[in-house]
Amino acid sequence: MQFENNAVSIQNLTKTFGDHTVLKELNFDIPKGKITTILGFSGAGKSTLLKHILGLTKPTSGSIHVLGNDLSKLDEVELRGFRQNFGMLFQYAALFDSLSALENVAFPLREFSKLSKEEITERSAQLLESVGIQKISHKNLPSELSGGMRKRVGLARALALSPDIILYDEPTTGLDPITTKMVNDLIVETHEKNSNREMTSIIISHDVKATLKISDFVAFLDRGNIIEYLPAKEFANSTNELVEQFINL
Amino acid sequence: MENVEKNQNFIVRKFVESTSNLGKSIIESVDGLGRFTRFILRFFFWVFKPPYRYKLFFEQFYFIGNKSIFIILLSGSFTGMVMAYQTYFGFKLISVDSLVGPVTALTLAKELAPVLTGLIVAGRAGAAMAAQIGTMKVTEQVDALEVMGINSIQYLAVPRIVAATVTVPMLSALFLFIGNFGSYMVGTKALMIDEAIYFQKIGEFMFLEDIWQGIIKATVFGFIIGSIGTYFGFQVTQGAQGVGKGTNMAVVWGMISVLVLDYFLTSFLIHIL
Ligand SMILES: Nc1ncnc2c1ncn2[C@@H]1O[C@H](COP(=O)(O)OP(=O)(O)OP(=O)(O)O)[C@@H](O)[C@H]1O
Ligand SMILES: [Mg+2]
Repeated sequence: MQFENNAVSIQNLTKTFGDHTVLKELNFDIPKGKITTILGFSGAGKSTLLKHILGLTKPTSGSIHVLGNDLSKLDEVELRGFRQNFGMLFQYAALFDSLSALENVAFPLREFSKLSKEEITERSAQLLESVGIQKISHKNLPSELSGGMRKRVGLARALALSPDIILYDEPTTGLDPITTKMVNDLIVETHEKNSNREMTSIIISHDVKATLKISDFVAFLDRGNIIEYLPAKEFANSTNELVEQFINL
Repeated sequence: MENVEKNQNFIVRKFVESTSNLGKSIIESVDGLGRFTRFILRFFFWVFKPPYRYKLFFEQFYFIGNKSIFIILLSGSFTGMVMAYQTYFGFKLISVDSLVGPVTALTLAKELAPVLTGLIVAGRAGAAMAAQIGTMKVTEQVDALEVMGINSIQYLAVPRIVAATVTVPMLSALFLFIGNFGSYMVGTKALMIDEAIYFQKIGEFMFLEDIWQGIIKATVFGFIIGSIGTYFGFQVTQGAQGVGKGTNMAVVWGMISVLVLDYFLTSFLIHIL
């Protein structure tokens, strides 16, 4: 698919580990300001693709542009700085377990912003409240929070530096149906709140039903290639055999 | 007849198997050593790069000290006490029991304080480092750092390795002090060596070089224990099981390195100091 404004543009990306080709001549554009989901079976290469977008892994060949920047042109230090354009919510939130909820959110601000101590605390508290974490839980350690709350804190942390692109790695895998719904609502809500600054949301998921509901575009990755890429509304009507199989699982 | 042949086949097969296993484990250790060397090089690259995170360093400094200090005090005093006893009864046979003080002091300063401190810290703090980093690895906290643009070696390994390098010689000095105190108590109070002679003989036979030798050794041990602890933390890949294995490896290799390095450092330092 072609878009006017790409957040991510990938051309002929190939990645091999040893003699195992994980991504093969992959072409993929992700539109700015939209929610795009990447579906695929386990081992299809989704996480590997995500790592390339983040510049954590170097391609064997091919090019990746993010927000107009050619990642291969950035050196190590520039690349690290560039990652501040990203926020990421990990599957199990990946909160720092020695820091409280508030300190977790404050972490990126402390490392990268020029705000004063008080401003950081205030901003972190605001962020936590915006994802529905009440004041009494701000001082709790991650081990004292439920799975759903941890996800919320992880999201607040991901949003701390107002990223241009937010990545969700299997945001609902392993959660109960109610928490799943909550997380999905939170993704949409977050996206809408940040739509004025055209934040792009990229999701990796196994959950077809929710994906079709919350996404604008859906791509299907199989054995290192995007074999289907459609607006979410049309995705259910895909005639691709594998996609049909995946949807009807 | 048939049985004999079978047995021979079995022996040959076992022999081939065990040699190929040996080959495999040699290749693996060389490979591991290469990776460890690269890890050390990365440490030296990142340790000099700002930002310098003093707070993380002091946290680790406190953590390592706090984890080991009680055991150091306990094992230090008893080591000194038992040394005094053993040397006394040996030396008395040839009537040089007045030398208990310097012999204990020298052995503690050059060998026992740095080596035992190294072993204790490897078992306590080295293991804890591997467990902490390993847990962070499997729960994607290390990835979270990297995604934020923070180098995980700089953030996690640098403060721990630097803190261990600084802390182990301090703990070793404490071991030395408390060990000598134990030896002094046993020597002069229980074995009735004359107090003035005890100190005089130490002054006669012990020099600053001897103390330096211990401090240099302990510094190297601290560095290697920190490096090994953090390295095996980063090597963890899968699950809680992986964390356990990493912790175990950190302890085993930490202790082995202390003992092996001790020999080489001794033979090296004897020529220099
Ligand atoms: N660092 C690596 N070294 C070697 N092989 C790798 C590496 N990273 C990924 N792979 C391989 O690449 C393939 C794709 O892995 P990837 O993690 O991208 O899949 P995935 O689509 O995210 O799967 P899942 O849904 O299970 O997370 C797998 O076969 C995996 O073994
Ligand atoms: Mg994955």
